[in-house]
Formats: sequence, C-alpha cells, structure tokens
Amino acid sequence: MIENGIGASVRRKEDQRFLIGKGNYTDDINVAGQTHAVFVRSPHAHAEIKGIDCSDALAAPGVVAVLTGDDLAADGIGPLICGVTVTSDDGEPHRAPAHPALAQGKVNYVGDHVAIVIAETRAQARDAAELVDVDYSVLPAVIDTGSAADSGQPQIHEVAPDNVCYNWPFGDKEGVEAAFAGAHKVSKLDLVNNRMVTNPMEPRAALGEYNQGMDEITLHLTTQNPHVHRLVLSAFNQLAPEHKLRVVGPDVGGGFGAKIFVYAEELVVGWACRKIKRPVKWNGDRTEAFLADAHGRDHVSTAEMAMDENGKFLAMRVQTQANLGAYLSTFSTMVPSYLYAFLLAGQYSTPLIYSEVKAVFTNTAPVDACRGAGRPEATYLVERLVDICAADMGLDPAEIRRRNFIPVDAFPYQTPVVQCYDSGDYPAALDKAMELADYSGFSARAEEAKSRGKLRGIGLSSYVEACGIAPSAAVGQLGAGVGLWESAQVRFNPTGNVQVFTGTHSHGQGHETTFAQLVCDQLGVPIENIEVIHGDTARTQFGMGTYGSRSLAVGGVAIARACDKLIAKGKKIAAHALEAAEGDIEFVDGNFSVAGTDKAMNIAEVAFTAYVPHSYPEGVEPGFDENAFFDPTNFSFPAGTHICEVEVDPDTGVVEVVKYSAVDDFGRLINPMIVEGQVHGGIAHGVGQALLEGCSYDSEGQLVTASYMDYAMPRADNLPSFDIDYAPTNPPDNPLGVKGCGEAGAIGAPPAVINAISNALGVRHIDMPATPEAVWRAAQQAAAVSA
Amino acid sequence: MSTVSMTVNGKAVCGEVESRTLLVQFLRENLGLTGTHVGCDTSQCGACVIHVNGKSVKSCTMLAIQADGADVTTIEGLADEAGLHPMQQAFMDNHGLQCGFCTPGMVMSALDIVNRNGNELDESTVRKELEGNICRCTGYHNIVKAVQAGAKAMGGS
Amino acid sequence: MYEFNYRKVDSVAAAVEAMQQAEDGKFVAGGQTMLPTMKHRLASPSDLIDLGGVAELTVVNVEDGNLTVGAMTTHAAVAASAEVQRAIPALARLAGNIGDPAVRNRGTIGGSIANHDPAADYPAAVIALGATVQTSKRAIPAEEFFTGMFETALEEDEIVTSVSFPLPEAAAYMKFENPASRYAIVGVFVAKTGGEVRVGVTGATACAHRGLLLEEAMGGELDASGIDSVELPVEQMNSDIHASAEYRAHLVKVMTKRAVEACR
Ligand SMILES: Cc1cc2nc3c(=O)[nH]c(=O)nc-3n(C[C@H](O)[C@H](O)[C@H](O)COP(=O)(O)OP(=O)(O)OC[C@H]3O[C@@H](n4cnc5c(N)ncnc54)[C@H](O)[C@@H]3O)c2cc1C
Ligand code: FES
Ligand code: FES
Repeated sequence: MIENGIGASVRRKEDQRFLIGKGNYTDDINVAGQTHAVFVRSPHAHAEIKGIDCSDALAAPGVVAVLTGDDLAADGIGPLICGVTVTSDDGEPHRAPAHPALAQGKVNYVGDHVAIVIAETRAQARDAAELVDVDYSVLPAVIDTGSAADSGQPQIHEVAPDNVCYNWPFGDKEGVEAAFAGAHKVSKLDLVNNRMVTNPMEPRAALGEYNQGMDEITLHLTTQNPHVHRLVLSAFNQLAPEHKLRVVGPDVGGGFGAKIFVYAEELVVGWACRKIKRPVKWNGDRTEAFLADAHGRDHVSTAEMAMDENGKFLAMRVQTQANLGAYLSTFSTMVPSYLYAFLLAGQYSTPLIYSEVKAVFTNTAPVDACRGAGRPEATYLVERLVDICAADMGLDPAEIRRRNFIPVDAFPYQTPVVQCYDSGDYPAALDKAMELADYSGFSARAEEAKSRGKLRGIGLSSYVEACGIAPSAAVGQLGAGVGLWESAQVRFNPTGNVQVFTGTHSHGQGHETTFAQLVCDQLGVPIENIEVIHGDTARTQFGMGTYGSRSLAVGGVAIARACDKLIAKGKKIAAHALEAAEGDIEFVDGNFSVAGTDKAMNIAEVAFTAYVPHSYPEGVEPGFDENAFFDPTNFSFPAGTHICEVEVDPDTGVVEVVKYSAVDDFGRLINPMIVEGQVHGGIAHGVGQALLEGCSYDSEGQLVTASYMDYAMPRADNLPSFDIDYAPTNPPDNPLGVKGCGEAGAIGAPPAVINAISNALGVRHIDMPATPEAVWRAAQQAAAVSA
Repeated sequence: MSTVSMTVNGKAVCGEVESRTLLVQFLRENLGLTGTHVGCDTSQCGACVIHVNGKSVKSCTMLAIQADGADVTTIEGLADEAGLHPMQQAFMDNHGLQCGFCTPGMVMSALDIVNRNGNELDESTVRKELEGNICRCTGYHNIVKAVQAGAKAMGGS
Repeated sequence: MYEFNYRKVDSVAAAVEAMQQAEDGKFVAGGQTMLPTMKHRLASPSDLIDLGGVAELTVVNVEDGNLTVGAMTTHAAVAASAEVQRAIPALARLAGNIGDPAVRNRGTIGGSIANHDPAADYPAAVIALGATVQTSKRAIPAEEFFTGMFETALEEDEIVTSVSFPLPEAAAYMKFENPASRYAIVGVFVAKTGGEVRVGVTGATACAHRGLLLEEAMGGELDASGIDSVELPVEQMNSDIHASAEYRAHLVKVMTKRAVEACR
C-alpha cells in the first residue's frame, strides 16, 4: 500500500504558500518599468459614440498613452470571438455580431470598453480616465430577457434581427406532441433561472510585458486556461504568433467559469504593452467585475411533462429564452444549447424530449458559463418540474422520482437527448440521502417547528450532470472550434524527483496535491518528491485548462498514461540492469523486480540509469520523461441526490437552511478531503443562487446590483454545515474510474432549496432568488388561499 | 507626499505615501507584502483584514497615514522558524482554503475572534463573527471547522 | 480617491479651527463610510481632518441617570463596555451587530449619527431613548438632529462630541438586515424611559424617525397587542430591490412587536 496514494486525504501541497501570504496572484506580480492601466467604460447601456476627445487625459500628470478602438482597428487587432457554432432553425449559423475589444462607434452595455488610459501610477490613470471626453448619443436599450425578441424592441446589432442570436429546436417534436395528446396528465411550470454574477474573490487582472529583443509578449492573466488564451489571442485576435506569446496563469483566486473567457482587457493590455514598449498592468476592481465579467444563467422557461396514470413520464417539452448579453463571450453559445438541452433527461427514463431555445441579445454584460454552465439550468427546470408532477399526481416527491429513475441495469444508458450516461445507481443515492437527511423523521421536525411558529419544508433534488469535458469528435460535430483532450508530461530528474506538467489549471481545486497523489500511487515515488506544474504556456506543452469538472477525468488520465509509458520504458532499463528478460520484470510500489527473485531496483535508480546510461539497453533512448495526450471517449456523468431542509419565518419571509444532505456519485475519489471541499463550495454557490444572488438591471440598463452592498453573496451565517456522503459507481468509459465533482453542488442545490421552500409554504412555485419579501408574499398568498 | 513609519510584523518600516494611499496599498506596493489581498471596493469582503494595534481592521478602509506609529500584523507575520501558527495549521489540516485568496483575511479575522471570544468557540459564534469575510470557494464548512480547531490549539489543548 | 490634505488634530478646538481654514474640509472618524465614499470618488474633500487623535472624544460614563458615549467611541468599544452593558444593554447589543468585527473596530457612534445613513442602526436608538447629541457648539435633542436622508442639524464646522442617553427602564432593538449590505432594511428601537414608551425607526423611510403611530397604539405601555392594526403610511416608505414599501411597512410592525416582546 502506498502512502499518500489514491484515496488518501492528503493535506494540500499548495496550502503552505497561501497560508503564509506567499501566494503569487497576478496582482502580486510587479515588474520594472511597469505602467498602470484603467479602462474608460460606457456609462450607458446603448449609445452611439459621436466622438472621443483624449486631449485632456493625455495632458494629465503621469499619463503615458490613451488608446481607443480606432487605434486598435488601425493595428488590425481583434475582434473577440465566440468559439462554438450553433446552427439556427433557418439552417444558418448563429448570428455573431462584431465584438471589438474597444468600442468602435457604439457601446452596448454599461461597462463596455471605450478606451484604455495608461499612466505611471494607478491613481494617475484613474484621474486621467475621468478626463477622457466621450460624446454619446444615447439609444433606447433592451434589457429584459423574456421580451428582448418581441416586435418593437430596439435593435442592438444589425446582423441579428429581433435581437435573436439563434433559435434552436432540438428533439422529436412530433413524437412529443403525440405523447402529450394521449397523456393522462400534463404538468406545467413557468420558471426563471436568475442571472448571477460569478464573483471569484480575486478580481480579474492582466500584466503585459513586451520583450523588444525577442519580439515576444508575456501576459500574466487571471485565467483558467492559459493555452486557450494564447491560442485565441494569437490565432483569432492577431496579438502575436503563438510562439511569440507566453501566457501565464499564476495562482488564481477562484474562477468558477468567469476566468475561462478571453476578455477585452486582456487583449488590449497585451497589445498596449507592445505599443508603448513598457509593461502594462491592469487590475480590475470589484465594481468592474460586476459590470464586465461574463455573467451566468438568465433563462426564462416553460416546462411541461406528460404522464401516464402511474406518474410515469411519457414526454417532456421545454421552451427557453436565454439571455446572452450584448456580445457573444467565448463559449456563450453552447451554454444554453448543448450544455443545457442535452441534460434535460435528468435521472429519468423520459423517452421523448423536445426543447426550443431562443438565445437573445440584450444591452447587458455578456453571459457565459458560470459554475455548472447549462447543467444547473437544466437540473433546476427538471427537478422543479418533477416536484410539480408529484404534486399533481398526489405522489411523494421521492416516490415519483423512484418510479421514473433510469434503472440500474440500463447503463450505459442512451438518453433521447444525445448523451449516453456512463454509469449510475440513482435509487442507491436517493436511499442513502434520505437516510442521511432522516427523511422519515421530517414530519415530526415540522410539527416541532410549527410549535415555534416556523414553517419547515424539505426538498429533494436528484441531479445528473455531464462533465469530463470532452470527447473532441463529439464537440467537433457540435460546432466547437477546438478539441477538448488534455496533455501531460511526467518528467523524472536524474536524482529521482518528478515534475508533472499538466495542461489543466488549478485555481482552488488542489491539483498540485491530487495529481501528485495519482503519480505517487502509480509510480511509488514519495509525494514530497513530486511537483505539479501548470499554468504557463512556456512550461507545459499544451492544454485546454480547467472548467467543466474536467481536470481529473481528462487531465488526470493523461498523467496516468504518461506514467504508463514511463513504467514500460523502465521495464526495459531494469531488465538490462538486472540481466533479466523484459517480460519477467514486474513493477510494484515503485520497484522494478525480476519475477520470482529478490533482484530489484527502484524507479529512482532506473531514472538515474536513464540519464547516466553507461550500461544501457540497446535501442532505448536515454532520458526518463514521457508525454501523453488523452481524449475521452465520453463525458462523465456525476449524479446524486441532495436534500435540503428549511425553516421559514412566515412573519418576515426569512428562510433558514437548517439541514443539507448530499449523496453524490463521483466514481472513485482520489483525495476525499478535497472532493468534500468541492462539494461544500458548490452547494454554497447553489444555495446562494436560490436564496440570495439576483443580478438585476434597471430598465435603463444600469446594473443595480453592482457591488456587495446590493448583490448578496452567501456568507458563513447564511449556511449550515453540510452532511456529505457518496454512492459511487464505476464509470466504464473513464480509465481512472473518476467522474468530476467541481460543479455538482451548484447544480444539485438550487432545486433542492426551492423544492424545500415550496414544501414549507405549500405553494406550487417561487422564483429564485427566494428573497425574504418574495417568500413573505408567497406565504401571505398561501395563507389567504387556505383560509 | 508624506513619510509614515510603523512597525510591521515586528520590524520598523517607513515609506513615502500620498494622503490618499490606503494602508493595504502601502503594505502591498511599498513593502511588497502581497499576502494581504483586495477583493472588493465596498469594505465588505475581508480579504484585506490585518491587525492594527492588536485589533482586526480592513486595511482597504484605512489610510496608510492613519497607521503612522502603529503596530501592524499581517498574514506574513504569523509563522516563524518553528512552522505555521496554530491557526494557519488548523486551516491546512481542515482544508479551510481552496484558491487561497480569502485566506489571509480569514486567518487574521479568526485570530481576532479568538482574542475576543476565547478558545472554545461554538459553530454559530464563528459563523456570525465571520460576517465580514466572504469566501466563494469553500462554502465555509471547513473554515468554520478550522477556526474552531485553531482556537482550541491556541489554547494549548 | 482624489488627493487631499490630511490633518491630524488632538483637540476639538483644533479640529474646528482646521475645518474653518479648509477650503472644503471633512472630518473623518472611523472612516468606515468616509473612505469608501472617497474611494468611489463620490466625495472629494480638500482636507480630511482626522478626529482619531482627539482623546476627549472617547469617554464613556454614567452620571446623573445618563449614559454618555464620546463621539469617537467605536462600535466595538460600545459593545464590549461593561458600563454600557449595565446601563443600556440593548445599546451594547445594537453596537455589537453593526457591520462586522473589523468595521466595528474602526466605526464610531459620532460618525454613524453624523453620517445619518437612512439604514444605519444608531439613529433608532438615539431617537427612542430620547438622547441628546452634544456638539462643539450646542446640545441637540435627538428628534431635531436627524433632518433628512444623509442630513443632520450639524453645521459644516460642528463636531459631535458625545451622545447622552437617559437610562431607560427597558429597551430593545430589532433589526431586519439587508441580505447584501447587512445594514437595516428596517430597525426598530423600543424604549421605556421615565414611564414613557418611545419607538425609534430606521431604514424604513428617508429619515430615522419616531414611530408616533406605533407609540399611540401601545398607549404608553410595553403592549404590542394593538400594533397589527396600525396603518403606517406606505407611501413614505423606502422601496428598493430588497424590499418594497409595503413590505417595509409590514416589517416595521413585526420588528416593533418583537422589540416590545424583548423589552418584557
Ligand atoms: C462593511 C460595512 C458594514 C456596515 N454595516 C453597518 C450596519 O449594519 N449598520 C450601521 O449603522 N452602519 C454600518 N456601517 C457603517 C459604519 O457603522 C460606519 O462606521 C458609520 O456609519 C460611520 O462611522 P465612522 O466613524 O466610520 O465615520 P466616518 O466614515 O469617518 O465619517 C462619516 C461621516 O460623518 C462625519 N463625522 C464623523 N465623525 C464626526 C463627528 N464626530 N462630528 C461630526 N461629523 C463627523 C464625517 O465627516 C463623514 O461625513 C457599515 C460600514 C461598512 C464599511
Ligand atoms: S478589500 Fe477590504 S474588505 Fe474587501
Ligand atoms: S478559498 Fe477561494 S475565496 Fe476562499
């Protein structure tokens, strides 16, 4: 048994530096001669730019440069791109309006980028930014998701009539209609998936350096995927050829999706540092994060389920209008389409599903992936609808789920919506969760709460999600511009310690530990002798980064494959040294030995031999360093049941989450401590969406929730401690038997919370966020009805 | 510009600042102590919490000039040759951090909680006392455990 | 933040003088409102006069049936003061629930009432307890002090030096927090002092005020039975994304009932 290998809750290697204040986040990096940038942003949601007068700003103390969209266009830089094509119902690709990194003639949301002001200090840049005189002619704005495509609305982009990006019908429409026509019962629900601001705690930042001697740009960015940034900035934005552009994502203070995308500030800083031939640093503040980070969610939907007399689901029909904001962010188009509609089967054997998604433009910040991306929206819709079905059929919510679960023996299970689920035991997770939550004791607890004047409610959510993103062939067919494999390099140094280079990126997930455990387990090298390196295009070969809970399921497998290659090579070297046939060499716990003898050498000795090949097998290359790429054959499908219990104060509408239990199937756990932490964080994110977080614009397009004063983030006293357990299955498609755990909580939690509140109040539905006032009103109405 | 001097993590330091220079800027930019972070502009997130004369303050909401002559402790001032401070160790042992961005402020606030409430902390006290520290990663579960464990360890039990 | 002249003073007199000399001066106490406001460039004083070194402003004492709290006493100090806890425990609790611990270590009672944020906590207590605001120029009764949203009776160069609270027989404060800012969406302070019951309301309207309709319904007693039937003027209530006017009016009554309950 290997110490610190797979399954051990090893303390994290990265924690030491974070705990002593020696993390290295982008804003912690300073270079000689550095200048500071501040962006001039649009105060209007929709306006024409009649002119920009930079002369006062240029004359201000310390100012080095003021650059606008004209300068950018003159240099042929940009525009920003969206990397995934969705084909609209007219057979045409989605409408893709130009997305200049600095506005050219028009601004389309509050916070849109108009100019960059560069000065010797940040304060000077900010002072000067106020002097840039922009002459706006304000246009009427489109804000509301549900009505953005209505006739008579102002037009945002010429290329997108009626503000529609795409209309995307998917599924067997006729079959679904026939099933609805013959159904015993149809349940229906209108619901909104509230817009969120992703809010990693570290605001975005960029530091660009231009090396004139080498004609090279180095960009330090708050990125979840440095290579994707380099690829896009280079291939599509003409910033610099790939080999002349280095992107570093140092320590990154959380991402949750918001740091996947290629943003205007990043491109402009990279371009500006070459233009002024001095380093340029931009450090966004929280207000800018609210205004100009890509937001998440923002759907308005109608969902219907057709059932037979036993509550079996016959068919589901969904109509969704999704807000993509003012421009298309990097992966925006795929979120309300592929990442959403392909998950509408949920955990159920519903044979027929039809959905129509209309994606619209509005004069709001771009919307893209936020923790879960599409899957939380799908899960919320399905799991709310299932509770409505239960109510309409007079069934217990657990019972209706049980009746419709995909049976355990049906895996791998082909859903009607593309995805083929790898493995699952949904009843097992439900049973375990109900036990963990003491579901059967709920009514007694509810009675007791009543005696204190509180309404207690319980809610289930049985989610499934698709992660381990993604098989390249599958995403290629769908219109993605990239493959989604992952790469790894495992390098022994002559003295026997190991450097592991991964193309994934850790911004809180603890890869430096988990991946080291994988290598430790497979190669038998002590964990302290293993270093995981990520986040720098100059150090790792390539990689697609970290999002979609893909790092272990895809990147981890690439590492394991590289280790396999080392073992195979090591056998050759050991066979030569031990004077045995290669076929007789066994590798166990870090030792190569000759089967049936006590002749052995450990892997460090093999590595040394490979670098000092004085006596070496013929035809074998020196060196002990292997590369591998892994392209998954399928997504992975974590699933589970979450149960939330709430107490509502009917006098004020305040909801307290009193108990939260989650049982998940993530396949095999490499580091249970880290996995549990991911689940906690995800649940908090999901509870935040359900109870607190509602991003809101006024009718003029001003962001009302532009700071923590108005955007309610979950805090310690909003949450209970969580009860976590697992009901693992073994996914046959993943060589490591792992599934992915980073987003599950954010996917499972929102419907569990809202189901619990609906249960407590005895109402059919309440939209998120279920603020005290909304809950109080719903309680008032429920009381009036029952009176 | 004016000159400020103070004691930071036991060392006498001084520097030139504008009146408007925030204490956090002085620490990060003048002294290179980048462990103290800035996560918001409304004095709410707590990533910048340090101790001034033994009390927790938000260093984004205090001028460097106002700390003239003060005794300042930052996250960099806790560990010594012997290793991590018990509160830092508790954060590591209980997985009370993920991305690490909120962590310095969390740890400094945790120490202030212990200073005022002692070594035996119940969960609801810790949750209430952490009102001024926002974490997006951990869901607080393990932070709360870490603060409780760290408090105990500081008591020597 | 725009650049300014920083002036550190050690007496009230010096502070007043510095203010009179300044082109467009501002006092700073704990800075917990002033500095965020300046960071957002919503205030740009020419001079910032720091009251932090004025020792005479940090007294806390009980004399002649009055609790006097110096203007520069921090929320943390009020919350932790044995004297305040004995004299008016509800006031200590109120202070201990303002913002978060780090904010409480800097923010002061003088700054809070001088600022008069319509969602601040202290004004409700000052009004319900019938306190007197002592300034560098005069004594101002609570009800004359708060004149409008972010407005008080203070003149430009007038400094709050202390607040004197007559000791009540009973008092309690109930706050309904804004889920984002944690300021008061509604805060109600109920106090019975010298046989008279007074209600101070914050958060609900543009200006902290006395809840005269609520007092009337209580008939001079700590009796909440009539509160439900009070009709509060909804049209005067604040309304924002967190709480409509109607909901605020409702919350005022709920918080009043709970405060009365807590008084008994
Ligand atoms: C994150 C956060 C949360 C908060 N939550 C709450 C809350 O829940 N409830 C609440 O009530 N408050 C809250 N506050 C505000 C806090 O209580 C402030 O401390 C207070 O409002 C202002 O006090 P200060 O001492 O910081 O004053 P400063 O910010 O220094 O000054 C505020 C204003 O008052 C003037 N002033 C200050 N002192 C005097 C004086 N002695 N005489 C004349 N004028 C003076 C200043 O010129 C300035 O205009 C919060 C603040 C923050 C940052
Ligand atoms: S940076 Fe100081 S509280 Fe957020
Ligand atoms: S650990 Fe990332 S914000 Fe707390």
